[in-house]
Amino acid sequence: MLKPLVWGGLGLPLMTTAALAQEGSIDQAISDAIAPIINPFVGFIFSPMPGSEALLGTGFPWIVLWLVVAASVFTLYFGFIQFRGVRHSIQLVRGDYLDPNDAGEVTPFQALATALSGTVGLGNIAGVGVAVYLGGPGATFWMILAGLLGMASKFTECILGVRYRNEYKDGTVSGGPMYYLSKGLAEDGKAALGKFLAVFFAICCIGGALGGGNMFQANQSYSQIASLIPFFEGKGWLFGLIMAAIVAVVIIGGIKSIAKVTEKIVPFMAVLYVGSALLIIILNIGALPEAISAIISGAFAPAAVAGGAVGALIQGFKRAAFSNEAGIGSASIAHSAVQTKHPVTEGYVALLEPFIDTVVICTMTSLVITITGAWVPDSGVTGIALTSKAFTSQFSFFGIVLALAAVLFAFSTMISWSYYGLKSWTYLFGEGAAKEMVFKIIFCIFVVIGSSMSLGPVIDFSDAMIFTMAIANVIGLYMLMPKVKALLSDYHAKLASGEIKKIK
Amino acid sequence: MSDVYIVGYDGTDASKRALDYARARARRSGANLHLLMVLEWSPYSFLTPQELEERHKRRSEEIARAEALIDPQVKALADEGLKASREVRYGHAAELFCEVAEAKKAAQIVIGRTGSTSLAQRILGGLAMSLVQAAPVPVTVVP
Repeated sequence: MLKPLVWGGLGLPLMTTAALAQEGSIDQAISDAIAPIINPFVGFIFSPMPGSEALLGTGFPWIVLWLVVAASVFTLYFGFIQFRGVRHSIQLVRGDYLDPNDAGEVTPFQALATALSGTVGLGNIAGVGVAVYLGGPGATFWMILAGLLGMASKFTECILGVRYRNEYKDGTVSGGPMYYLSKGLAEDGKAALGKFLAVFFAICCIGGALGGGNMFQANQSYSQIASLIPFFEGKGWLFGLIMAAIVAVVIIGGIKSIAKVTEKIVPFMAVLYVGSALLIIILNIGALPEAISAIISGAFAPAAVAGGAVGALIQGFKRAAFSNEAGIGSASIAHSAVQTKHPVTEGYVALLEPFIDTVVICTMTSLVITITGAWVPDSGVTGIALTSKAFTSQFSFFGIVLALAAVLFAFSTMISWSYYGLKSWTYLFGEGAAKEMVFKIIFCIFVVIGSSMSLGPVIDFSDAMIFTMAIANVIGLYMLMPKVKALLSDYHAKLASGEIKKIK
Repeated sequence: MSDVYIVGYDGTDASKRALDYARARARRSGANLHLLMVLEWSPYSFLTPQELEERHKRRSEEIARAEALIDPQVKALADEGLKASREVRYGHAAELFCEVAEAKKAAQIVIGRTGSTSLAQRILGGLAMSLVQAAPVPVTVVP
């Protein structure tokens, strides 16, 4: 049973109801054929640290430790930049440093919003439900800590993304880990290693885009819709075709209006979601001190949690790492397109991403779950069902809002990941309309596959791919971090000398 | 120093009428004509990753297109012996007209009226309505 490890296992309760019902013989045959080949790989990625079970009493997936250690290293290396730099980040996003002559270019706010729409998703709603279910309220504490640390990873990777992006004659840009891994390491005479890591990253990114960024999202939004509209039950292929058609219209047809509508609704839904959460917290303000003490005491000495404090810590870390994608490298692709006079500004802007995603939105979810007393250990109510239970205990109509939010978040995540996948595809196979079209068609086909089939092992495999991206990316980040430090001191020298100055 | 008239020009018939009106006035008063074209742009709008990537290219294209529309007019004015200049800007139209009017110490702003009676226009108010309410200098709306 690998699913609980993947994406915090939020798929489990939904998939078993919706997907098992339609598990046909063809699906089963494909799954059976593929499983023996990919299971060892998936098992390896999510395998516990050697000895962690004996030492801690519970398995600690090494990939989670990999991301958390990286985040801690960057935090120390850059001297807690996520706390020292946050004021500057807000000034940059507000546009205080924008040259009016650059009006019409991508602003830091837009780059942040686009990258956020790729990361804020089902994980913030459903994944937190799993973390609290398995780790108790104390998981929240560790989730916030990991989110704060993750800010330093984002800072590092987004600076490198801008620094080593390709700028073409026609004015378009391509950036991301594949470019900084290959170009950055080539500067140090490690061209072969850089190229290897870049190709490794690109392959995993394509897998991740088709899996975690596509099939998984399609599958989950289908489950939500099927539970709400009985007509769709057992008609995953129909839902998949509709969803694929909408995705195709946006990514192949270039019809921006649908993406525009989504991109306008997604922030609205996010505000509505956080607003509802705040309202519930205010309505139960009396229970807030108790909830906070449950979160803090649960972090160190939880009751009714498998693995005790370590169990809570693992769940919290896992959720944060899986939700904000810090260290994975994906956001660096979106941030590379910004217009800036210096790469470091983009690092400061990207800092805010894990903060908004994890420290604000995920924490809201878990506070509501804790404050409403929806969490019942070993009750079987987990994932989005737990979140839904907590919210509907206050507002009965919230189930519909939640389903709508889930579908919209899934859609915006798919659009973002289709782009990440495409960039990796063109890195491997070269740019060109025909080559890009091939990937876009494959992407749309996978939407249908994701929502109509219950190819559990395939989804597990492609989820694992997302975290495999972090292996290449983090190795590269360690090797390139001195360059980031040099850029950082250059930037602050320019700020001090007035070469980069505040406009407003 | 002669007066400056800010003329909103975007190549539409309405803006051509505004230009003709301003041209006739300028001929008599000897005022400078400053043609302003605003490309609507909000720094807070949402873009897909694809649009982010192409933004710089699109911006160059949009500016080139705008200049191709406005430059012949400036040249024609100069050929007639009028003093003319132009400016292409990104941003919120009403805000930029006010800003440029102040910066140029303009005597007035001349803009065309689209004559749209659509509901959206009535509720939100077009550029003309906003300028009439907010402009720092007199505004002439040419029908």
